[in-house]
Amino acid sequence: MGYERQSDFGTPEVHADTSVSLTIDGRPVTVPAGTSVMRAAAECGGSIPKLCASDNLAAFGSCRLCLVEVDGMRGTPASCTTPAAEGMVVHTQTPRLQKLRKGVMELYISDHPLDCLTCSANNDCELQDQAAAVGLRDVRYGYAGDNHLGLETDSSNPYFDFDPSKCIACSRCVRACDEVQGTLALTIDGRGFATKVSAGQAGDTFLSSECVSCGACVQACPTATLQEKAVKEIGKPERSVITTCAYCGVGCTFRAEMRGEQLVRMVPWKDGKANHGHSCVKGRFAWGYANHQDRVRQPMIRESIDQPWREASWDEALTFTAGRLNAIKAQYGARALGGITSSRCTNEETFLVQKLVRAGFGSNNVDTCARVCHSPTGYGLKTTFGTSAGTQDFDSVEQSDVILVIGANPTDAHPVFASRMKRRLRAGAKLIVIDPRRIDLVRSPHITAAHHLPLQPGTNVAVLTAMAHVIVTEGLADEAFIHARCDWDEYQDWARFVSEDRHSPEVLEAVTRVPASELRAAARLFATGGNAAIYYGLGVTEHSQGSSTVMAIANLAMATGNIGRRGVGVNPLRGQNNVQGACDMGSFPHELSGYRHISDGAARALFEADWQVSLDPEPGLRIPNMLDAALDGSFRALYVQGEDILQSDPNTHHVAAGLKAMDLVIVHDLFLNETADYAHVFLPGSTFLEKTGTFTNAERRIQMVRKVMEPANGPDGEGMEDWQVTQALANAMGLDWNYANSGEIMDEVARLTPSFAGVSHARLDEAGSLQWPVNAAHPDGSPIMHVDGFVRGKGKFVVTDYVPTDEKTGPRFPLLLTTGRILSQYNVGAQTRRTENTVWHGEDLLEMHPTDTENRGLNDGDWVRLASRTGETTLRLTVTDRVAPGVVYTTFHHPTTQANVVTTEFSDWATNCPEYKVTAVQVTASNGPTDWQESYASWSAKSRRIAAPVEPAE
Amino acid sequence: MDIAQLHYMANQIARNLAAGGEDAAIIATAQHIIDFWDPRMKAAILASDQAALSPIARAAVARLAPLLPRDERPNS
Repeated sequence: MGYERQSDFGTPEVHADTSVSLTIDGRPVTVPAGTSVMRAAAECGGSIPKLCASDNLAAFGSCRLCLVEVDGMRGTPASCTTPAAEGMVVHTQTPRLQKLRKGVMELYISDHPLDCLTCSANNDCELQDQAAAVGLRDVRYGYAGDNHLGLETDSSNPYFDFDPSKCIACSRCVRACDEVQGTLALTIDGRGFATKVSAGQAGDTFLSSECVSCGACVQACPTATLQEKAVKEIGKPERSVITTCAYCGVGCTFRAEMRGEQLVRMVPWKDGKANHGHSCVKGRFAWGYANHQDRVRQPMIRESIDQPWREASWDEALTFTAGRLNAIKAQYGARALGGITSSRCTNEETFLVQKLVRAGFGSNNVDTCARVCHSPTGYGLKTTFGTSAGTQDFDSVEQSDVILVIGANPTDAHPVFASRMKRRLRAGAKLIVIDPRRIDLVRSPHITAAHHLPLQPGTNVAVLTAMAHVIVTEGLADEAFIHARCDWDEYQDWARFVSEDRHSPEVLEAVTRVPASELRAAARLFATGGNAAIYYGLGVTEHSQGSSTVMAIANLAMATGNIGRRGVGVNPLRGQNNVQGACDMGSFPHELSGYRHISDGAARALFEADWQVSLDPEPGLRIPNMLDAALDGSFRALYVQGEDILQSDPNTHHVAAGLKAMDLVIVHDLFLNETADYAHVFLPGSTFLEKTGTFTNAERRIQMVRKVMEPANGPDGEGMEDWQVTQALANAMGLDWNYANSGEIMDEVARLTPSFAGVSHARLDEAGSLQWPVNAAHPDGSPIMHVDGFVRGKGKFVVTDYVPTDEKTGPRFPLLLTTGRILSQYNVGAQTRRTENTVWHGEDLLEMHPTDTENRGLNDGDWVRLASRTGETTLRLTVTDRVAPGVVYTTFHHPTTQANVVTTEFSDWATNCPEYKVTAVQVTASNGPTDWQESYASWSAKSRRIAAPVEPAE
Repeated sequence: MDIAQLHYMANQIARNLAAGGEDAAIIATAQHIIDFWDPRMKAAILASDQAALSPIARAAVARLAPLLPRDERPNS
């Protein structure tokens, strides 16, 4: 499509059961009751002049430009605040209106710079458009009076500027910050002529204010007052392509606005069903890593990891790799080979990597980074409900009355959905937060959690069982729902178990440290407060009882009848953009795509017939098992696409030893990541901007990722999308793969996977997005699951016994460390650390309660040594009461800190998902990096050397 | 394979399934290992000295032997 702004209907869409018919400028139009006259006019092809109105904000009625005349009504009402009524006759252009609008516009322009030709918003400015629309020809007041033209630009934000000299005080930015983002960082300061937009408190800049740089204000601004620096530098885009963000599991869709091959800006797409036109600092602005100087654009190989890298052609690198793979397979058997698919790559790419492992390598040793995040979700929800996915779409939150957030920090990790949730909370829904930390959601502008249960890390199951105890023993369970929808005998077993006295909040308080009265109140609210929805994250899964906690959550939802309709449900917030998709695509060693066990002969036969191979019926190794098997010599070659297991997986020493023991490690990535220090082959990857395929977000929504520029990996014109690299490697190994495009891979997925039967790129282009299952029973997908019955038949109550973790505090390690993410950085930081987002978070910090710091004589900003039974590192301290005494917290975004040197190898009993959230540690004063940090830094520098090309001899 | 690690994993599975009663827990633990463990892990735990296993885990492991392909059973 050519470049034009997305159309703006002026006021939000209204959903109503009744509609009204009216006439606008002689054109009849029928709209839902409650729709504004402005929107009704836009829907029948009109365009009433406006400045303060935008269809993602409530009508405000301040600019006085959108006046209309209505037969039988006095005066000239503002069309944005006037609801359309039955039989109304509206005139949008009369001599009287024209005169009024010109007068308004004259006043605006008398205090606005007339530098349109050199203005960065030239030809992309609503003020300019409206001046043209009202026929402004001169300004009777002149330009000599008092004005704001000399105000200074605030350039503190790395991505956008605030130039108050161009501000027309329409309040759109302030309202966007309030209504859309919910941060309320902006305000209108002063009155009358002194009116100005202000970020934070007096003296604040945008950067020092609470602004989270989501970009909503920039998008809302009708002038060049708030505008992307990139537009200033490059100019107005000339075309746009709709694509899907590659950061978190919310799956925002964006218009990638381009000039030639250059990305100018990412603008959230209003028709995106996951984000409805909103964005966060990562998706909106942090895409500069795609062109970062660290990006490796050439394949590289080396015989052994103590040698420097040698650049090679694609051909040479792939031949070398395939030769080594085939040799290892011949000598040690297929089960010595394996691969890791990426939750950051597309469904098509992920499917192809697992196909390469199963059909090419001949083993089932394929795993994915969901192993270390949401594998317990897969296990837990499959067991209880029958399908490994969340039950709702994001829009469902609008009908929730009680929202329970456990082990998730949505405002940092899923910010765009958090804004939706906050909007619902501001409208009156009640909030329960179960988290060891006082996350931002507990108390933020106009939101206070009804209950915050600051549990001791590792006691999720105890807290949820105590809640179940209250619900069952106080007679609050929805027995009608349970009778109809669940296995009644299993329910009774479970109800008996949770009713035992030892599961009462009073008894368990000793373990959970949650006051029993508060827990009882929270349980009562959850059971009786109306539609109750549960949202959870890695604070649930990354424990030795991760799977049990997921099942305990499912039990709670079933016991209270909160499944199978809008406003309720169990909602895992997925960490990475395509964690859901990677799991769907058969990335786990025991499962084919669509969650069919590898031992299922019928499912296997389908694949065997299609792929013309025979498949191993035994499950393969999971990531931690691969590392163990590498140390005993039975696992020798690993293909890792788009994941940095050295930095992201627990117990870094053990991961390093496992990788070091392998004969061949192939890293396929954008950068020489930490894992690549131990690799023999580096295959350069392509970014999400350089490929076509699909991502599946946390609500099972499959959305297109579209190529906006040529892949930059490879010498001139030889760049390949990641699926093409996998295909080339397969063919170098002797397989005969001939996918002409990624759509053909999706066709194969659809052919082999019942829940994807109706999915194709063409169908997605047409529908915008689809939520699986998409098949004959659900041709348009499934926004809400388990509506008429559970996928497995009857819902299954599973008794979840609280088993304390074996990671214990003691005299040497008296504190509990828990880890997490921050808004501006993403996981191991490979992308975000290579953007300006580092201004918000340049290093990992250790959060510690003042009582614990005082005991140790530590001060804010001190370097401290963080040690566990596994290892130690150093980082800087921040003193805060967000964490309880006895608990410390840090992020894992920076390789110099390597927080995972400290984390242990304890893991979920069912899935081996690591217990990142509980490590017994000690914190002491420090004066510098640990031996590990120093030796790792020097090893890393040595390992990343690239040999200079050898000059031919004379 | 690291036998101590495998023993730890089997005991952990058994402990988490124990609430269902001993007989059910033995069957569930065995099924869990069958469904999720790679053959070399199954073979290794079968061949190991099982003194470190809990009674449920030990009984579950005993159920694995006939299910493994003949060439992957210990002492085959």
